[in-house]
Amino acid sequence: MNVLLVDDEIELVDTLAERLNIRDIEADWVTSGEEALALEGKRYDIAVLDVKMPRISGIELKKKLQVKYPGIHFIFMTGHGSEDDFRSGAAEAGSDYYLVKPVDIDILIRKMNEVLEKPSG
Amino acid sequence: MTTLIQKLKPNFWDHHDDTAGSFNRMFNYRFVWKISIFLMIAVALVPLIFITVVDYQVTRNAVRSEILFRTSRLVSNTRRTLFFFLNEHRAVLNFIIKDNSYDKLNNETRLLELLNNLQNEFTGFIDLGIIDANGRQSAYVGPYSLEGADYSDQDWFKEVIERGHYISDVFMGFRRIPHLAIAFKHDLPNGNFFVLRASFDTESFEDILSNLLLSGEGDAFLINHEGILQTRSRFHGNALEALKLPVPPFSENTEVIETSDQDGDRVVLGYAYIADTPYILMIVKQTDELMKQWYKTRSQLIGFLVVSITSIIIVVLGIVTFMVSKIDQADQRRFAAMHRVEYENKMASIGRMAASIAHEVNNPLAIINEKAGLIKDLFTFREQYGQDPKLIGSVDSILKSVNRCGAITKRLLKFARNMDEVIGPVNLVLVVREVLGFLEKEADYRSIQITVNADEDIPEFETDRGKVQQILLNIINNAFAAVNDGGRIEVAIKRRDKESIMVAVIDDGCGIPAANIRQIFEPFFSTKSKIGGTGLGLSITYGLVQEIGGTIDVESEVGEGTRFTLNLPLTYQKRTDQREKSNECTVGG
Repeated sequence: MNVLLVDDEIELVDTLAERLNIRDIEADWVTSGEEALALEGKRYDIAVLDVKMPRISGIELKKKLQVKYPGIHFIFMTGHGSEDDFRSGAAEAGSDYYLVKPVDIDILIRKMNEVLEKPSG
Repeated sequence: MTTLIQKLKPNFWDHHDDTAGSFNRMFNYRFVWKISIFLMIAVALVPLIFITVVDYQVTRNAVRSEILFRTSRLVSNTRRTLFFFLNEHRAVLNFIIKDNSYDKLNNETRLLELLNNLQNEFTGFIDLGIIDANGRQSAYVGPYSLEGADYSDQDWFKEVIERGHYISDVFMGFRRIPHLAIAFKHDLPNGNFFVLRASFDTESFEDILSNLLLSGEGDAFLINHEGILQTRSRFHGNALEALKLPVPPFSENTEVIETSDQDGDRVVLGYAYIADTPYILMIVKQTDELMKQWYKTRSQLIGFLVVSITSIIIVVLGIVTFMVSKIDQADQRRFAAMHRVEYENKMASIGRMAASIAHEVNNPLAIINEKAGLIKDLFTFREQYGQDPKLIGSVDSILKSVNRCGAITKRLLKFARNMDEVIGPVNLVLVVREVLGFLEKEADYRSIQITVNADEDIPEFETDRGKVQQILLNIINNAFAAVNDGGRIEVAIKRRDKESIMVAVIDDGCGIPAANIRQIFEPFFSTKSKIGGTGLGLSITYGLVQEIGGTIDVESEVGEGTRFTLNLPLTYQKRTDQREKSNECTVGG
């Protein structure tokens, strides 16, 4: 499976991507919505998005990526406790695919496998 | 008696709001109550008492004047009657003396004829006598043998010569009946003179006086200028006895005075000097007797005053107590609302702070997590590093710590999210465990033993999760504050019946004195001991319990411990009006 990681914390995404790579999961990373939308050529099965990012939020990015990569699945990650974010994010992703940082990598991989089996939304 | 006072004592009596600060006087309900009572009673009673006293005086004086006036009129009328009576006798004797010559009168047959005629026309005539200029009785008809008697030395004879007529004092005469005598001088053409003297008894006087029909102790009689009774009296002695009252001073008119009689009783004394006679008419009435009507009026007046004062005081007490209670209740409600808003703000701040801490910590935590994870991955997946158990152990320890921190921040986030009203299925046992999770460390440090006894069949039920969490947090916090280090806290969760679940929080702490237990849910109640604990207030807890439709009870024994029992309904009904009600309840309770 091809995974795209989007989080403004570079230290987080590059490490996470490396760990996924170690586990033979192809993962690319970018640190903003703009970069994600600028990517060319590759198809992704799953996007793991941070909810709160500068300029383009995870929720907005989801809509745009759905157009760009039809059939793509999403998992959200957040470090934030703002209730509005939580509610809208959880509603958007379904609370099962909405993970609060720090995330255990095994849980993340399990969720990825789960979400792939569901029809894309 | 004291319990009755306790019962009647309004709720505000012991209220004292420490938070009012310099406005304390404004909220001193006891003072407001006292000043209102004082002013209202003063405003109502002063004019009433004033008017009543004035009315008392006016009525009393009117009654008194009326009595004096009536007595005065009676004396005047009686004096006139007596005066006419005597005048009539004098006139007839005057006629006889002018109509009959001296010789004729000296003829005893003629004189007897005249006496008989007089006795026929007028009652009481006893005798007739003719006295010559030398004072010798020249003719006499009557029951005595007075012919030839010499009166020349007697005072009355001298007076009749001097003044032409004379009326005697009363004297005891024929048949021991009081008599009086009238004498006239008649001048003869030859320069000589003679005197006609007649005596008659005083029965007719007595008749006139006794016909006055004086009520009760009233008495009417005649005295002479020396104070000797001339007629018999009802209460002041018989004729010719000395009157014990003093002789009133001379006056041409009728006089009425108030004085005391020989027994010391107050009397109204009316008197009049009867002109050309030695008599004074006296009418004596007992003041008490006359004032009887007034005493009745006075009793009614005093009764009216007493009843009015009593009802005014009762009404004023009732109204003022009612009003001050209402003000007190309104203030209590206001304070409770303020208190609540303050609490809610505080909780909201705590929630925001919790969320922000979680966020701030979560991101670096996530990085640490990934970095440590990567190191471990490297050890695990690249076998050349994998042999060092010390490195693996360190990385595992870092990851474990990250997990622990993650659990804490997640709990904080959850707490922050529960600040809002969200109705949803709640697993009570889980909530209890979550709440206890916050206090785990404290329990460890203080060696407090916590046990949770939950029935198997506790269902999930719809309610406001955040409120349940706050209620439990408050009660369990209280328990923590109450127990000593090494104490025990038990949380029991039981299915009570089909409709409700019971949660009991039982501690073996210091307990609450019986005197305070009634007030423990009141908004401003604090013993300032450990019971208050968090400062969040049991009144808030009480309000929250009411809002989710539950009830809360407390039992406690000083030194033994405290048990808070919470009953939660399984079906949630939002009680929007409950806040108001609950405040009233706490104020009243």
